[in-house]
Amino acid sequence: MKNNENKLSDSFSRQNTTLKKRRRWSESLIQGSLFLAGFFSILTTAGIIFTLGKEALLFFQKPEVKLFEFLTGTAWQPHINQFGILPLATSTLLTTAVAMLIAIPLGLTVAVFLSEYASRKVRNFLKPILEVLAGIPTIVYGYFALTFITPLLREIFGKDVVNIYNTGSAGLVMGILILPLIASISEDALAAVPRSLREAGYGLGATKFEVVFKIVLPAALSGISAAIILGISRAIGETMIVAVAAGAGPNLTLNPFKGAETMTGHIVRISGGDLSYDSIDYDSIFALGLVLFLSTLLLNIISQWIVKRFREVYE
Amino acid sequence: MLQNDVILETHDLKIYYGDFKAVTDVNIQIPQKRITSIIGPSGCGKSTLLRAFNRMNELVPSSHIEGEIIFDGKNLYDRDVDPVQVRYRIGMVFQRPNPFPKSIYENVAWAARIHGYKGSLDELVETTLIKAALWDEVKDILKQSALSLSGGQQQRLCVARALAIQPEVILMDEPASALDPIATLKIEELMQSLKENYTIVIVTHNMQQAARASDYTAMMMLVEGTRSGTVIEFDETNKVFTRPGDKRTEDYVTGRFG
Amino acid sequence: MIRTAKDTKSLFENNLALRTNQGKTWHVIFLLVTILAIVSLTLLIVNIVDSVFGYVVINTKVDPATLMVDGLALEDQTKAQLTEALRMNLSSGAFNKLNTEKDFGDRTRNEILALVEERILKYEVLESWSLADSLFRKNSVIDEYSKLVIENPRATLKFISWLTWDRLVRPQSSEIVTAGIRTAILGSLWTIIITILFAFPLGVGAAIYLEEYASDNWVNRVIQTNINNLAGVPSIVYGILGLAIFVRALEPLTSGSIFGLVDPTTANGRTILSAGLTLGLLVLPLIIINSQEAIRAVPQSLRHAGYGLGATKWQVTWSHVLPNAIPGILTGLILAVSRAIGETAPLVVVGASTAISFDPTSAFSKFTTLPIQIYQWTARPQPEWQHLAGAAILVLLVLLLGLNAVAIVLRNKLSRKY
Repeated sequence: MKNNENKLSDSFSRQNTTLKKRRRWSESLIQGSLFLAGFFSILTTAGIIFTLGKEALLFFQKPEVKLFEFLTGTAWQPHINQFGILPLATSTLLTTAVAMLIAIPLGLTVAVFLSEYASRKVRNFLKPILEVLAGIPTIVYGYFALTFITPLLREIFGKDVVNIYNTGSAGLVMGILILPLIASISEDALAAVPRSLREAGYGLGATKFEVVFKIVLPAALSGISAAIILGISRAIGETMIVAVAAGAGPNLTLNPFKGAETMTGHIVRISGGDLSYDSIDYDSIFALGLVLFLSTLLLNIISQWIVKRFREVYE
Repeated sequence: MLQNDVILETHDLKIYYGDFKAVTDVNIQIPQKRITSIIGPSGCGKSTLLRAFNRMNELVPSSHIEGEIIFDGKNLYDRDVDPVQVRYRIGMVFQRPNPFPKSIYENVAWAARIHGYKGSLDELVETTLIKAALWDEVKDILKQSALSLSGGQQQRLCVARALAIQPEVILMDEPASALDPIATLKIEELMQSLKENYTIVIVTHNMQQAARASDYTAMMMLVEGTRSGTVIEFDETNKVFTRPGDKRTEDYVTGRFG
Repeated sequence: MIRTAKDTKSLFENNLALRTNQGKTWHVIFLLVTILAIVSLTLLIVNIVDSVFGYVVINTKVDPATLMVDGLALEDQTKAQLTEALRMNLSSGAFNKLNTEKDFGDRTRNEILALVEERILKYEVLESWSLADSLFRKNSVIDEYSKLVIENPRATLKFISWLTWDRLVRPQSSEIVTAGIRTAILGSLWTIIITILFAFPLGVGAAIYLEEYASDNWVNRVIQTNINNLAGVPSIVYGILGLAIFVRALEPLTSGSIFGLVDPTTANGRTILSAGLTLGLLVLPLIIINSQEAIRAVPQSLRHAGYGLGATKWQVTWSHVLPNAIPGILTGLILAVSRAIGETAPLVVVGASTAISFDPTSAFSKFTTLPIQIYQWTARPQPEWQHLAGAAILVLLVLLLGLNAVAIVLRNKLSRKY
């Protein structure tokens, strides 16, 4: 037995059995490359900020463009050197508003139903459907808006009232797209409300409806607001639905039955044609991109901040 | 106790998690090729102390120690000491069996392979499993997943896994707490057969186990008025259980504690 | 003043019945709204199927009988005979242009047949109906056809599926009868492969770093926050980034000119490589976040077992953490790929080609993808192209459904283990 033991021991390269720290070059190399992989995301952000910033700066340095006019001008007509962002921004806000009008009430209702009312079986059936809805490419939603919702709207309100391209149809379909996002984040927020709170409610003789509406929903309010803000951010950046259905051409209007191009829709249309570098059109894309990036980033940061505060309350 | 029989020796050892001092002022000498048990009420830092012996505590980012642990003439916590090397020589068996979700064979062979074992792996796996008293039960199913074994078998496999790289010390953190009495007995028998070649340090909450299975016993207890544990008595098991030197030990081992 | 128990109770309205009804009403509302969500999904699918099948009136500008050679109909002619038909019927300029785009010798027989149908026969769709119209308003379909056939004696009324095998294997074309999605499918595959090659190793590497190596210091916190924020950046912004970085700044690389591999038809950075890299940047945060979750789900005890044996960090990660996290990582990859396959906006900005009919031959080829094709067909003013867009959508959805099925299988495999 002893002999055997020694034989086995000799088979390890134990010439270095001191506890001295070894320099493991391969380990350091691996750790270094993994860090670089992690650091790459910083480069991406830096790339976004740098390229958007640089080209946008070039845009604002052009003699045709003035920052004040960019922010307040009511016409975006590059061929006569008018670069007012308002028509594009208004239609972005209009489609977003229509979308949220659909997505907030429906999304919240679905969330409450799933988290508080639905049986396990119903939930297991519904959640995958919502996931599928969320996974369908947005170009398909755009197709749906143009070939189904728009004809439907024209049927209901009259062909004279509703244009073939209109912000209402795009906004409506965008609402369906965003519904699952709001529903699933809100449901998480509802599920995070502690049981003890509900039991306290029932213990006081409240009905289920009262527990849900007066105890659970208020307690989950911050999580729900985070979901809504995230939904708004998503709607602002959404592109293909508006590119297909909302109309090609900047138009300052609040009428959801008229066509109007959003910021994202404009970028897609401009860059879909032959775009020569250093043209004012090329630079304008970056200025619009910067506005999009900053506004969605701000909304995302607010939403994350709310979620973080919300977590601190319960955990 | 003769000085050259000591394998691990602590000097004013204090272990912290962040600002919280979990273990304080431990001065013990673990004898070589003996079984030493660490006993005491729960929450007094037994596992923390044990994990300090092979620097497993470091996996908790906020932890650090003061004082020193001498092994092989060197402080384990010196700047130039490599924790990987420490764990290579001081192995560990955990509270719950945690075999890798690989085959039985692979569980035993894996560590040997990463440490550059040059002999025949088949032979090593067989010898090790024989030593761990598991060979007869698994010799025909070596290629099966280790997760298919019973809890007791899994834990003996974990012992075998630790034995395969021939550590000098094996730390066992309540190795039988998740097992039934028969499986527990097998682990204890295994420990007895191993002490011929290995030093074993075992944390247990089971005093009978400490009394019947170990040669030396360290009794830990919270320092009065604090949440830090320390070793209040360390001696031959026989003595600790029959003629304890400390009143608190006596109360604890006779069940009058708490 | 002292109140008796009875007094106190009477201070409460006895309104339980009302409150219960209120609850019931809301329960029904919740159910209805949820059903509405399902209905909208169903409508979306129904709407697509509705446009993919139906009656069409097809006409040829040229009588196919005039192109018969030795009594052989076009379908039965050899490659040489078809090429000859092209030479005879096209202007020599047009013929030579086709030959320079791609040598006739290199084209397959089917490609040449498609050219003959497209350039000489000129099939045209005079009228088209949706499936619902075809089924429920057949009389008006026939009425319409009988009017059309007076002016166009060769016009035929056919019930067709816009999605056929032929459409899948035919290249893109500007003629509706011959247009297929082969070019777009191949473009999508090429692009996705580049996306995966670029984003998968980088994403998993970053996830390993953040979960296994990164200590809690400000650099790593910034990296983590940054990744979460990148996941919320609109996809079109990635398109703009891709345009500035890959198409323009890195043009020598993405056009292939530094490798001497310039595709004669492109000679700029608007290539498959640029598209794939752009989508790679887009899905990188998704891959990182999903991989992190998968790695975090590996039990800590497994790592401890490894460290307890004196394994180094990488040995533990490579042999124990990664093998156990891989189903989760792959599920995340598939979800990211489904996202990338459906993306349209960034690729339009990066510069997808509006009309290419050749299979991509390398990463430096011009590109189009399935969603781009759908976009271009949907945006056409002639309504019959929307049938074709519907057919392409159906292909895209089936593709995504398949990917999701694989993801679900992997997810189940993962949850069975622990």
